[in-house]
Amino acid sequence: MAQAEPLLRAIDVHKKFGDVEVLKGIDIDVHKGEVLAIIGSSGSGKTTFLRCINLLEEFHQGEIQVDGERIGYTAGTHKRLGEAAIAAQRARIGMVFQSFNLFPHMTAEQNVTLGLVKVQGRKKEEAVEIARRWLDRVGLTERRDHYPYQLSGGQQQRVAIARAVAMEPKLVLFDEVTSALDPELVAEVLAVVQDLAKSGMTMLIVSHEMSFVRAVSTRVVFMEQGRIAEQGPPEELFTQPKSERLAAFIGRFAGRAH
Amino acid sequence: MFSFEPGTFLFEAWDARYQLMAGLAVTAQLSVLTIVSGSIAGMIGGIGLTYGPWPIRFLLRVYVDAVRGIPVLVLILFSYYGLALFGIQISAFTAGVVALGGFCAAHMSETVRGSLESIPAGQTEAAKAIGLRFGQRLRYVLLPQAIRRLLPPWVNTAVEMVKGTTLLSIIGVVELLLATQQTIARNYLILQFYFAAGMLYVLVNFTISQLGALLERRTAHLRY
Repeated sequence: MAQAEPLLRAIDVHKKFGDVEVLKGIDIDVHKGEVLAIIGSSGSGKTTFLRCINLLEEFHQGEIQVDGERIGYTAGTHKRLGEAAIAAQRARIGMVFQSFNLFPHMTAEQNVTLGLVKVQGRKKEEAVEIARRWLDRVGLTERRDHYPYQLSGGQQQRVAIARAVAMEPKLVLFDEVTSALDPELVAEVLAVVQDLAKSGMTMLIVSHEMSFVRAVSTRVVFMEQGRIAEQGPPEELFTQPKSERLAAFIGRFAGRAH
Repeated sequence: MFSFEPGTFLFEAWDARYQLMAGLAVTAQLSVLTIVSGSIAGMIGGIGLTYGPWPIRFLLRVYVDAVRGIPVLVLILFSYYGLALFGIQISAFTAGVVALGGFCAAHMSETVRGSLESIPAGQTEAAKAIGLRFGQRLRYVLLPQAIRRLLPPWVNTAVEMVKGTTLLSIIGVVELLLATQQTIARNYLILQFYFAAGMLYVLVNFTISQLGALLERRTAHLRY
């Protein structure tokens, strides 16, 4: 890839919960079209880092830029941006959560159109058309008038993915999107993510599905105790891990069914 | 039993019909005014208690805890006699609305706070993630879910407020109870008239709880 400006740039990001420093200086550049997978054991800070990118967590030091624009603060200062400016930044970053977080009082279609209408200011008919196109893409044409409680976990998560990508974000964050699913529902969600990855969408994926990570990502980052311990192309990282910790980590997953 | 002679219940009730209906009307007015104003103030108070900056949360907390800890009767006596000492002259009716409305607001604030806080944090996060601002998150995501949760306790509070209006008879508001007592003072049919008044209160409160049940059915699709 040409040395264009990175789409996402994190510079020395530190984050503390009380006295515990969970991110100890994260530096990373992600370019347009990359599918970056973040792996690591629980508590390594991968989910926290993802949540810092769209300001669901505050970080205490360092800086995150998306498309050259500093997230959360006015460039070159420590002045926090206003509520509207932060909301506008978040609208350009999609996020899919482990626990789906669909709005329970809205149908699948309404879940998708809410942001299109209220944030992007599109006309209702236009938003419905976009929502139907995306629900079709994730295989839920028949379920668009269903409420979340009428859908299986896998279907809910696919609606959540449609809700995130329908906004045409520059970057989509996937936070352990299959961890809350029954094993037989994991595949349908991963298939949707893989389909989106192929279409050239820039993604950051936190996942414990190693075979999926290996198949879908263009680069893998291994995080350990709040730092990036190792990174590289998936084939290299999974077959020739440099550190013992990564070798042990991969070894633990090798014996698993999926 | 069904005789219509002077001194029988039916005759005396018919004779006092305008007085009793006027009392019922005052009770209804008081109830509507206190429930509506208390609910609106409670909605604002509950949102402030949940999301306000700390000085606002602190002031609201002091208000809510104080008002909930003071007997309603004391609140009523204070707003009628107490405010007069500070040069604020208001009618007994207004004093009653202020005291009961303030009481209702305190209870509703806690109900609204509880309902909002019981919504999983993931809802706020998902709403933030698609770029909704605070007001939009409240309006489109949080309040619709909170309403469903606060309906049952809201009906409770509303019914308590209707019954609470009887306390205003003490400061001379001629609501249904005082109107009934004035009737009894003329005809001495104590049991019958208190029973009739009691039934009217049941009727009003039954209507409110049916209304609440209807709203609950209407919002039954907000399941999770």
